[in-house]
Amino acid sequence: MQVLRIVFLGAALGTMLAACSGGPVNEQSPAGVEERQPGTQPAAQAQPVKPGNVARVDLTAKPPVKSPLTDPGSILSRRSIFYDLDSYDVIDRYKDLVEAHARYLRDNPKSKMLIQGNTDERGSREYNVGLGQRRSEGVKRMLLLLGAKEDQVESVSLGEEKPKVEGQGEEAWSQNRRSDILYQGEY
Amino acid sequence: MFRLFARPLAAIALLLALFLSAAAQAQLSIEITGAGAQRIPIAIAPFAGEGALVQGNASAISSIVRADLERSGLFRALEVPPLSPPLTEASSVNFVEWRSRLADALVLGSVAARPDGRFEVRFKLFDTVKGQDLSGVAYTLSREQLRTTAHRIADFIYEKLTGEKGVFSTRIAYVVKRGPKFELQIADADGAGEETALASFEPIISPSWSPDGRRLAYVSFEAKKPVVYVHSLQDGKRQVAANFKGSNSAPAWSPDGTRLAVSLSRDGGSQIYLVNPDGSNVRRISQSAGIDTEPVFSPNGQSLYFTSDRGGSPQIYRMPAGGGEAQRVTFEGTYNVSPRISPDGKVLAYIARNGGKFQVATLDLATRQTQILTDSEKDESPSFAPNGRMILLATVNAGRGVLSAVSADGRIKQRLTISAGDVREPAWGPFVR
Repeated sequence: MQVLRIVFLGAALGTMLAACSGGPVNEQSPAGVEERQPGTQPAAQAQPVKPGNVARVDLTAKPPVKSPLTDPGSILSRRSIFYDLDSYDVIDRYKDLVEAHARYLRDNPKSKMLIQGNTDERGSREYNVGLGQRRSEGVKRMLLLLGAKEDQVESVSLGEEKPKVEGQGEEAWSQNRRSDILYQGEY
Repeated sequence: MFRLFARPLAAIALLLALFLSAAAQAQLSIEITGAGAQRIPIAIAPFAGEGALVQGNASAISSIVRADLERSGLFRALEVPPLSPPLTEASSVNFVEWRSRLADALVLGSVAARPDGRFEVRFKLFDTVKGQDLSGVAYTLSREQLRTTAHRIADFIYEKLTGEKGVFSTRIAYVVKRGPKFELQIADADGAGEETALASFEPIISPSWSPDGRRLAYVSFEAKKPVVYVHSLQDGKRQVAANFKGSNSAPAWSPDGTRLAVSLSRDGGSQIYLVNPDGSNVRRISQSAGIDTEPVFSPNGQSLYFTSDRGGSPQIYRMPAGGGEAQRVTFEGTYNVSPRISPDGKVLAYIARNGGKFQVATLDLATRQTQILTDSEKDESPSFAPNGRMILLATVNAGRGVLSAVSADGRIKQRLTISAGDVREPAWGPFVR
């Protein structure tokens, strides 16, 4: 009551004072006020912090990489398999990659994966959906042979609809003939 | 049936310019790049009082009728200067004078405001050669129905003079890609009055009209994989027709609208299935080790044409709609895809790879005669007009996706361009009842 009376008096004294006051006291956000019962505070907190005892809280640091799936040092972070022209089989240089992902699925039976097959832009969009499907199913078949379970892997096709590189010519097209591996939570 | 006259086409350049300026307001504009050899010269006088119907920079009703008929490639619209006093459908016609202006047909009409705020349009079609009144129609309409009414008048004239149904009142669907956005749009057959049925950040392909023109089936990638939806255009309600494990794609309606043929990979490989539009009653009908996709029903519903690479290269096959043995239909070349059947069931249109170029071709199913209809390089998604005369297609012009149309005999060509963005995946809708 006393506080309110002073605030009202302050407001009445002039606009300059009112402008500086920042509003009536009783409109403070309750979040900024901590309620304390006398005698409940632990003795240790009553003392000022000792030098060298300040705990650092850093909100700017990146969260530590916990998953090998996203660790750039792990083969599991490699997710794309590229193909030769008119080719649908996984070529030798990507076998390590597929084996590593098969191992991960085996070791983590609850994890699930989506394989998206892609084609270059030439020809019918719907036939290209079929060709992309042929690519993703090739990867899936290999994963299952290496011990992954059927219900862990779904193979789908994006056809020519999601090119990695826009444009024409073999340079763009070779980037777009690929299968991409995504884990649950990434799609 | 009207007599077709082959006369020197002296005023074509002027008429084309007139037509293009009229069409320039539409976002999707159409350019004729070829025309039929025999075109019926027709005079369409400005309808008396038609200015009352026009709001803003919209076209007058007689201009829309004229543009429609010109665009068909079967008519040559003669220039008719404004007459004072204006002629109406009730005026007595001096056939000798119109014949001397080289008009074989004449359209006169009028627009009158009604007390209820609506308008009445009346018109009559005359055969100036025979000196005959070929009858006319009166329509009551609101200002918003100007374009629809003009298309119906053009359909009436077209049918009277050519003996086949016009398609000016029909609608087309297509997909526009603008930056990262994909929009499924519906427009009048002349490209005007476009409306967006679906906007998405993920691709949309293969729109297919239900036979009643009220719904579209299509493939959307919004779930990071292809899923077939059925979309009711009037209320925007969407229903999943096929979302099985794997890819769900290439929907086509049965002529009675009760089933969709789709390509699914749920059992491994891409195979053809039938499914009800609500997603129920799925059953497999193709059995091959290859890719079977792009099914389309024959108009009588008895057969399915589809693309398959079971023989090593993608070719078009036919099988009974209930499943059974498939017969190969295309034999020339190593890449024949995207089959579509003409409304009379006699002609197959498809995309053929021809020395690295993808072009629209037709195959006469009776004579086995094939014909390449275009000279472009990246044609896709052919689609017959419901009267079978024109084929709408997607192609690439100057690096941009555009729509194009070619007559089934290859003589008439039109290009449709949209102001911004890539246009693809056209589908011509059914006749409007």
